[in-house]
Amino acid sequence: MSAQPAEPTPPTPASSEPALEVRGVTKRFGALVVLRGIDLVLRQGEVLGLVGDNGAGKSTLVKILSGLYDMDAGELRLGGERVRLNSVEGAKAHGIETVYQDLALIPQLPVYLNLFLGHEQTKFGPLRFLDKRGMRKLSREYLDEIKVRVPSVEAEADQLSGGQRQAVAVARAVRAATKILLLDEPLAAMGARESRLIIDLVKDLASSGRISIIVIDHNYAHLFELCDRINVMEGGRITIDQPVHETSLEELTELMVSSYRRQIDEVSGAGA
Amino acid sequence: MQSGARTPVAAPAESPPGQQRTLTVGRRILRVFLYKRELTPIVITIGLFLYFTIKAGSTFLNSLSLSSAAGYAGPIGAIAVGEVLLLMLAEIDLSAGQVFLFCPWVMYWMDNLGVPLVLAILIALLVVCGVGLINGLITVRLNVPSFVTTLAMNFILFGLVLVYSDQTQATPIPLSTSESVSQASFASKFMGVWLWSEILWVLGITIIVHVMLTRTRFGVRIVATGGNLIGAAEAGVPTARVKVLCFMLCSFIAGLVGIVDAVKYGSLDPGNFGVDYILYAVGACVIGGTALTGGRGTVIGAFIGAILIGVLEDGLTLIGVSTNDFYVWVGVVIIFAMALNVQFDRLIARSRAS
Repeated sequence: MSAQPAEPTPPTPASSEPALEVRGVTKRFGALVVLRGIDLVLRQGEVLGLVGDNGAGKSTLVKILSGLYDMDAGELRLGGERVRLNSVEGAKAHGIETVYQDLALIPQLPVYLNLFLGHEQTKFGPLRFLDKRGMRKLSREYLDEIKVRVPSVEAEADQLSGGQRQAVAVARAVRAATKILLLDEPLAAMGARESRLIIDLVKDLASSGRISIIVIDHNYAHLFELCDRINVMEGGRITIDQPVHETSLEELTELMVSSYRRQIDEVSGAGA
Repeated sequence: MQSGARTPVAAPAESPPGQQRTLTVGRRILRVFLYKRELTPIVITIGLFLYFTIKAGSTFLNSLSLSSAAGYAGPIGAIAVGEVLLLMLAEIDLSAGQVFLFCPWVMYWMDNLGVPLVLAILIALLVVCGVGLINGLITVRLNVPSFVTTLAMNFILFGLVLVYSDQTQATPIPLSTSESVSQASFASKFMGVWLWSEILWVLGITIIVHVMLTRTRFGVRIVATGGNLIGAAEAGVPTARVKVLCFMLCSFIAGLVGIVDAVKYGSLDPGNFGVDYILYAVGACVIGGTALTGGRGTVIGAFIGAILIGVLEDGLTLIGVSTNDFYVWVGVVIIFAMALNVQFDRLIARSRAS
C-alpha cells in the first residue's frame, strides 16, 4: 500500500511553483466544525482531485476558495502571495472561477448571456449597454473551438439538455479563469458522451499549463483519468495525498475503501 | 487517455434546423405568441377597441373619451412598469400605489414651506427613493418577505399623510391651473395639465425601462437574480444590490408619475388608499404576460395591460354598462390572461421535452 499521511508541503520539483497554497484553513457553522485545518498545495498547471464522503467538507472548501464563504482561520497564497478573497468578485479578480454542483445557469437567459454572466461585454461607457452582437459572435467561436454543441447561442438555457447546460457552465468558467479553476462535481447528472466532452475540455485546458484545476468527483475512473494528484478528505482534514502516476485505478479505489473502512472502525471503536 | 479523439456532444433532443421551416403557418403563429407575450394583450386591446368603436361609434373615438381611457390607464401603468421589475425578481411592492399618492404630498408640503418648486420636486423624489431603499434593505437584509415589508410601508405612508395633512385636502397643487388648459404655462402642461401628458410620461418611462431591461447589464442582472438567485450570486451578480435598486426604481417611477397625476387633478385627498392602484397594477402586469414566479416579465406588456384596463373601463361606461360590471370584466380578463400564461409555459416546456 502506498498510502502516505498528508503532508502540508509535499516536495515540489523546482519547475512547479505552487499556484495555490492553503494553510490551516478552518471553518465552522455554529457548533458544527466543517474544516479542521486544511493544508493543500495546488501546483502550477496541475489537476488535483478532491474526494471524500458527503460532509467531509469538500464543497465548503471550494466555496471558501471561490470567495462565497469566509474562512475562520488560516491563510491562502496565490503564486506565493497571501490573499484575502472577500467575495465572489474578489476571487474572480484573482483569476479564480468556479463551477458549482448546483446548476449555475439562468434558465431564462440565452446561452451567450449565460456564458458571459459576470463578465458581460458592454458599450456606451457608464450606460453599460450590452454588446450583444459581439458576445454572440465570441460565444459561437468559443463553443465551436471547444466543441460544445448547443442548438443556438440564442437558445435559452431552459431549452438545453442537462448535459448541455453543464457543458456551458464549465465553458463559462474555463473561459473566464486565468489562474485557477474549481470544479465541484462537474460530471454530476451527465451522460457518457457529455462527460467525455467535459473531461476532454478540462484535460485540454490543463495541458496548456496556463491554469491549475481542483476537481471534486465521486467517480474514481474519471478522477484517475483527469488528475495528476488526488487528495482524500475525511472529517474536515486532508488525510491522503497521492500522485496518480504512482498508482493504478484499482489501487486508488482500494485506498479510498480502506480509508472509509478505517473511518468506520474509528467510529465504532469510539462507540465501544 | 485519447484526448485527440473527442466526440462532440450531439443534440439528439433538439430538432434539426431544417425542421423549423416546415412548421405549418398555424404553429408558427403559435410560436410567436408563445415567446412574445405582449402580443396576446395587444390583440385583445385592439379587439376591445374595435368593439367599443362599433358599439359607441364616434363617442368612443372622440379625444375626450380616449383621453379619459388614458386617464384610467396612466396611474395603473406607472405603477405596473416598476412592479414588473419586482415581480421578475419574485418580489412585490404593495406600497407603490401609496408612494404614488404620497410623493405629491411631500412636494406640496415643501412648496408650502417656501422651498423653490424644482427643489420641492427633487426632495419629494428623493424621499420616495428613500422609501424604496428602506423597502429593499428590510427585504434583503432582514429577510422579511417583501409582501409584508411593503404592506407595512403602505400603512405607514397612508398614516403619515393623514397625520400631517390634518385630514384636509391639499389644494391648489403647484403647477396645476384653474384656468383653461390653453392658457397654462408650458411647464404646467408638461407636468400634467395637458390631457395627454400623464400617459405620455408613462409611455416614455415604459420605453426607457424596457430598453434598460433588454439591452443593459443591469437588465441581465435582474433576469439572472430573478431566474436563479443562487446561480446568479455564484456567477458574481450582486443580487442584494439589484433587488434594492429595483425597489428604489419602482418607488421613483410611481412617485414621479404621482406628481404628474396630482398636477393633473389639482388637488390631493388624504383619504385615498394606494392599495386600489396596486391591485390594478399587478393585474396589468399579469394581463401583459408577466408570471409571478420570477425571471420572466415584460414592461411593454405591463403598459399594454394598463391600457387594456383603461379601454375596458372607459368603453363599458360609454356603451352604458354599469361601472359595477367593469369589475366583473377586469376579474375575468385577469384570470383568462393568467391561465393563458400558464398554458403557454406548459406548451414551451412540452416542446422542449419532445
